[in-house]
Amino acid sequence: MSPLLEIRDLLVHREKMPVLEIEYLAIEPGEVLAVVGPNGAGKSTLLLTLARLLRAERGQILFNGEQAAAESDLDYRRRIALVLQEPLLLDLSVRENVAVGLKFRGTPAIEIEKRTAEWLGRLGVAHLANRPAKKLSVGEAQRVSLARAFVLQPELLLLDEPFTALDAPTRARLLDDLKSLLAETGTTTIFITHDLQEALKLAARMAVILNGKLEQWGSPQEVFARPVNEAMAKFLGVQPNSSGNL
Amino acid sequence: MIEFIRSLFSDPEVWAVTLLSLRVSGISTLISLFIGFPLGTALALGRFPGRAFLYSVINTGMALPPVVVGLAVAMTLWRSGPLGDLRLIYTPSAIILAQTVIAAPVVTGLTAAGLQQLDPRLRLQLYGLGASRTQMILSLWREARLPLLAALMAGFGSVISEVGASMMVGGNIRGQTRVLTTAIVLETSKGEFERAIALGIYLLTITFLINAALTWIQQRGKG
Repeated sequence: MSPLLEIRDLLVHREKMPVLEIEYLAIEPGEVLAVVGPNGAGKSTLLLTLARLLRAERGQILFNGEQAAAESDLDYRRRIALVLQEPLLLDLSVRENVAVGLKFRGTPAIEIEKRTAEWLGRLGVAHLANRPAKKLSVGEAQRVSLARAFVLQPELLLLDEPFTALDAPTRARLLDDLKSLLAETGTTTIFITHDLQEALKLAARMAVILNGKLEQWGSPQEVFARPVNEAMAKFLGVQPNSSGNL
Repeated sequence: MIEFIRSLFSDPEVWAVTLLSLRVSGISTLISLFIGFPLGTALALGRFPGRAFLYSVINTGMALPPVVVGLAVAMTLWRSGPLGDLRLIYTPSAIILAQTVIAAPVVTGLTAAGLQQLDPRLRLQLYGLGASRTQMILSLWREARLPLLAALMAGFGSVISEVGASMMVGGNIRGQTRVLTTAIVLETSKGEFERAIALGIYLLTITFLINAALTWIQQRGKG
């Protein structure tokens, strides 16, 4: 199976300083990849670059084997969906918020209604459909934000620390629900987090970014068993092991 | 006084003056919206050379004294001025032009300020949901609808109440360029205080009604 997304020799600058460097990273269709690293490591930069909201200095991003740059930003973005740390809901009803991406795509009204109702239900927020989005709790808002992304049936779902602002019980419940939804839909997902537990719970593979550099990626078992260097071992909280490979 | 105000309502000249006031200030506010919304959006969202300078110019423009605008527009439209051939001086069009110069910076500055209050990540989120540039901007305008309506009210308020520019470029010609504010100045200069006060109340009432309607729309939009 060929990867859905391949990143080759990527270098991203922000304010003229290099902030992210990735030699190679690939995501298989249907896979959930957790990108972990401490705050400020460059994880969100990766996500924004993949959403084509930041330009890479050099390198290639291949989507379905094709150079993503060949497509217009808009066409490319309409194949993906992005969920940020804050829900950033619009000052509209919950239902209208979930429908907004479909409206951007010019989806027929009947289909918008059907898909919106489906995803409001699947995220457990159907009873809030007519409520103003600004009056939701943080947990409810993040569920709406996820429904707003899933309803688009994206080929690639980009999640940027969507649980950071949630309290522990809410986070645990939402994490469980998200895991089930990802398994049911088979949505290829890149999930950014600084929380190793979240990464282990949700993803089959993880990529670790430290100081703007992709240090290691693989299954959590591989990464934890064989950290490639001391910095990795320290971040993972395990003993260094020089036999690891990248 | 009440009797006098009542008599004003049946005075066709007062109606003509009022309608002209509403027409010129309404049109200049509308033109200012067409200039101010896009320009304010560019200032708030764009990153281009000269942006900081343009922002300073707009901020200065928000406090432009109407008489200075009147002077500049009068010189431009004067028979020997650069646009003298258009023969616009002492016409309602001249007042509209001057009032647009007054209102456009107000609308622009308040539009930019309103949009800058939004979370800057909202743009990224909208793009991340597949919005085109136009859809992103329209969504931001909808999010900032309360400050944008405030910009509209401030723009209209700045021109319906100004007198200096209207007097200088319109000339306060009876039946042609006399608006409520210039009529008040004229009545006061003649010592007709009762008529001036009545026109003042009339102007305040109209301004209040228009702003009350806009405020109602604004607060309804607050959900």
